[in-house]
Amino acid sequence: MALLGLILFNIINGIAVLVLISIGLAVIYGMMRIINLAHGEFLMLGAYATVLSTNAGVNLWVSILIVSPIVVGLFGLLVERCIIRFLYGRLIDTMLATWGLSLFMIGGITTLFGTTVEGVSAPLGAFNIGPYHASLYSVFSIAVAAAMLGGVWSVLRFTKFGLIVRATMQNPPMAAALGVAPNRIYMLTFALGAALTGLAGGVLAPVAGVAPGMGAAYIAKAFITVIGGGAAIVTGSGLASALFGTIDQIVTFQTTPVIGQVALLIAAIIMIRILPQGITGRFFRRSL
Amino acid sequence: MVLTRRAILKSSAAVPLAAPFIGSAMAAAPIKVGSLVDLSGPLGTTGQPMLDALKIAVEAHNKAGGLLGRQIDLINYDTQSSIQLYSQYAQALALKDRVDVVLGGITSASREAIRPVFDRYKVLYFYNTFYEGGVCDRDIFCTGTTPAQTVQKLVSYATKTWGKKVYIIAADYNYGHITAKWMTKYTQDDGGTVMATEFFPLDVTNFNATISKIQSEKPDLILSALVGSNHTAFYRQWGAAGMSGKIPIASTTFGIVNEMATLQAKESNGIITAFGYYQELQTPASVAFVDAIHKQFGAGVPYIGEPAACTYEAFNLWAEAVKKSGTVTRMPVIKALDSGLSFDGPTGKVTIDPATQHCIRNVYLAKAVDKKWDVFKTFPNQTPSDTASVCNLIKHPNIDKQFVIDVKTKA
Repeated sequence: MALLGLILFNIINGIAVLVLISIGLAVIYGMMRIINLAHGEFLMLGAYATVLSTNAGVNLWVSILIVSPIVVGLFGLLVERCIIRFLYGRLIDTMLATWGLSLFMIGGITTLFGTTVEGVSAPLGAFNIGPYHASLYSVFSIAVAAAMLGGVWSVLRFTKFGLIVRATMQNPPMAAALGVAPNRIYMLTFALGAALTGLAGGVLAPVAGVAPGMGAAYIAKAFITVIGGGAAIVTGSGLASALFGTIDQIVTFQTTPVIGQVALLIAAIIMIRILPQGITGRFFRRSL
Repeated sequence: MVLTRRAILKSSAAVPLAAPFIGSAMAAAPIKVGSLVDLSGPLGTTGQPMLDALKIAVEAHNKAGGLLGRQIDLINYDTQSSIQLYSQYAQALALKDRVDVVLGGITSASREAIRPVFDRYKVLYFYNTFYEGGVCDRDIFCTGTTPAQTVQKLVSYATKTWGKKVYIIAADYNYGHITAKWMTKYTQDDGGTVMATEFFPLDVTNFNATISKIQSEKPDLILSALVGSNHTAFYRQWGAAGMSGKIPIASTTFGIVNEMATLQAKESNGIITAFGYYQELQTPASVAFVDAIHKQFGAGVPYIGEPAACTYEAFNLWAEAVKKSGTVTRMPVIKALDSGLSFDGPTGKVTIDPATQHCIRNVYLAKAVDKKWDVFKTFPNQTPSDTASVCNLIKHPNIDKQFVIDVKTKA
């Protein structure tokens, strides 16, 4: 019974990690149609922001929840102004440009800080599920992931900014005709996506091996989740995370991590075959 | 580049002709020593101290008047953690720089990329990293430790101290698979049982499922051959789940990619490893070696571990052989090395085993305590018995291959 509880907790945690790594990409790729191959490096930058500011004496929670999203958000703003804004509507070109950006970021961080930095360890300690130990920090990651999903959904659903963003993504000339400056909305949306990714990087920092190349381990899963989710970015990413996270964790527990990854990828392939438009291409089509 | 038969004849003919001339000349041409290690990229932190150790060894000889009255030139290339550059620079060292000896290579993949190059062009080569064992080649000397020297000591100590039920976690490529086999064999030799063996691709970042599985299996200890910075996350998540110290961990790899610097003390405390050298070793030779590197290159040099110490000793062994044979020509030097040559270095006494051209050397067990290694056990003069079981260069001097040692484990 306790073991079942532990496995259930792992599944929820696995889902939360997928939500964390994909929600920023859902905004940038899902809404804005920019194939951001530097997404993994945005995560890495967020993790570095947390690690470096914590080592410099900043409170860990402040580093994770405030410093990381602000640093990566501002970096995203810079990237949008210098590179991305010339490439809207040119899907393949964004891919090339952001791939170059990712190489540049890995090289830059290595040059500045070397291949290793002293990481921060997870705070909060552990709690017991029967005779088993589980990490309290995972509870925090789950809470942040839930808050991110809820937050993005609420902003898009209830605020004027959200309405304008949705309108601009759907039909930029029409939005412009109604007095919105699409350029500024694009810029802010990209920065928002980057900030969400930065926050995720910060949350992952205490439980990941923080190194310049760490982004590579996350980027494929992030894209699979967002593509699997489909057009409604919040509902879609949430559902896809739930599906893939559950499969990955259960199979990994039953067999080995290798088979777990294989199972996740096979599930993704089958799903894309059956639902080419992602989950929300068929179900929950009117959601966000 | 095409190397003709004529060119080879010329170059090999030139050496014996030139030798007597060099012996008599006052301002002889310098001896050339080549180095091929990664100074940048993921393996840069391992390669940097190796080059630093080689530099101080070369400088010490140059200050004392060089070798055979000739100064020593060190030619080094940064292979940037790229196998392609290894092949390219190996050609350059052999054909353009025409070095007398090469020291280098870090991963087994890099060694296997450059070993054929040095075989082909008859360049003496020293490989100085611990590895899975089995290389059998007259032109190469492997000075690092192999599983029979380290894994056996580690597993036997761990099963005796902590219990017989073992859980193995390892990286999912040839090193991890071969090492896991050795771990299984030695566990069974000591009367233990392996409850499970799990392999992790190098990009796995979430270890929670495995941590749960380990908790439900309740092993007495964990043997880890995890590799790379993503896998560092295992120790993080292990600590976050409150498992640090609950089930002890012994590792064949912990510390080689600077894990000790990345993790917090409470995450790494108590982990046990076995290597041929630790920079905390308090013998006079070891203290002098570490001081010399820190004095010249600053205290910011990455951890000085077994590969750096073995590189230093490899150069000194070669220098002894050159002095003994009175030449830098390949075959006489190999013969001098194979005469059972030994050297007292930072790791202790190192002797070349002529049958395998590996080293008989001390092995140490150490425990992580507050981000330092506490060396608590010494096993003197360990032989590379794994490689010796498949390789005998005295009987078969013309072999040049890496044997895959058949590790016998029970099903």
